[in-house]
Amino acid sequence: MAYKNILASGLILGFFGILGALLVSGTESQTRDIIIHNERMALLNQLYELVPQSEIDNDFLQHPLTLNAAEFLGIDDTQAYIGTQQGELAAIVFEATIPNGYAGPILMLVAVDGKGTLKGVRIVSHSETPGLGDKIELERSDWVLGFNGKSLTNPVEPQWKVKKDGGLFDQFTGATITPRAIVNSVRKALLYFNQEHQEIFKRYLKKSLEEAPKETPKKADVGADIEANIETRT
Amino acid sequence: MNSYREIISNGLWGNNQALVALLGLCPLLAVSNTAINGLGLGLATTLVLLLSNTSVSLIRHVVRPEVRLPVFVLVIASFVTAVELSMKAYFFDLYKILGIFIPLIVTNCAIIGRAEAFASKNNPAKAAVDGLAIGIGFTLVLFVLGASRELIGQGTLLSQAHLMFGEAARDWTIQIEGFKGALLAILPPGAFLGLGSIIALKNVIDHWQQKQAAKEPVIEAAPQESPG
Repeated sequence: MAYKNILASGLILGFFGILGALLVSGTESQTRDIIIHNERMALLNQLYELVPQSEIDNDFLQHPLTLNAAEFLGIDDTQAYIGTQQGELAAIVFEATIPNGYAGPILMLVAVDGKGTLKGVRIVSHSETPGLGDKIELERSDWVLGFNGKSLTNPVEPQWKVKKDGGLFDQFTGATITPRAIVNSVRKALLYFNQEHQEIFKRYLKKSLEEAPKETPKKADVGADIEANIETRT
Repeated sequence: MNSYREIISNGLWGNNQALVALLGLCPLLAVSNTAINGLGLGLATTLVLLLSNTSVSLIRHVVRPEVRLPVFVLVIASFVTAVELSMKAYFFDLYKILGIFIPLIVTNCAIIGRAEAFASKNNPAKAAVDGLAIGIGFTLVLFVLGASRELIGQGTLLSQAHLMFGEAARDWTIQIEGFKGALLAILPPGAFLGLGSIIALKNVIDHWQQKQAAKEPVIEAAPQESPG
């Protein structure tokens, strides 16, 4: 009798397990394409905000490169998106991580044009103090726009600091650590661009040639790519 | 606890899960930093409550007592995942803000609490109304707490409403000119202080109502505070 009860309970539990799995997998297959599309568009919008669509004639997301340059970009295994214009390098958007924010790592995008001038910087995620360090978000203050048009020669090296340290860039009242870390990391990304941009562009050209035969990959392939990107970003 | 009227008034006020039962504090305190965040999580929670209460009530005669809790958890977890995926598909921007808190709905004790205490003992219609009422009660607290923290903390109201209501809602944001806000309200302690104040306010109102009811010669049932 006891066995019968246990068996019945087990079967009921199993039945609801299957039911739950069906519900989840059904929803997943219904929403998968929309979610992939959303994530792709979200990333693309961020990139186009830095590098207007009119300035490039390729697809940013088609052949992203994975870079291992922890020394310059904070961590290994970051993505870089390459924009070209008539076969020339028009822009590289680096993902860079600042491991030493005030409250944990800060993830940002640094866009550099073909000549090594900053197109812009955007903070993707951070956990800085609300009301103080979070002014690095464009939604909260214009501070991050202060990087537009800057390069390694404008300003020159000793000025690549926050004002408190004798440099050119503003800090926030009550929050110096965050801006200081970002200024420093943006400069490192520029240094990296200076050293490596030809190499990166070559790798990009090679990759786009290799992947050329499947120029229009199946939707699922693109999705997997994007998802991998998103995962490394979060 | 039988008429619909009682179910609704209990869910919204008398047995409000956030103010009386003090359940679901983890999402409540973490997400209530703006009105829109609070509203978003509240609505997602309401949807899960409605679905889970209804289905738990539908299966209440099938499920044996020994396995009832695991089955409820399964049901709730499946619905939460489905809601999460749907949100990611149809409210992607809001999802980016609330994302990490949506799976936490599973751990919101209010949901399994209602399944166990109410839905498993009542018919589906009543269970659905209960889920809805409890959910809306929870949402109201989230919204009020979020709105007051946002107002005191950064001097705005309904900022980022467009994440939820579309581009037209971009102008809904109310900004208090020249008020930078008191940072404390946005930080975690602000959530505790805010929730404490709301609970205190509710108690004051309840006491006042009881006094009024005691004064009245025709005594109707005073609003009862049933334990969670």
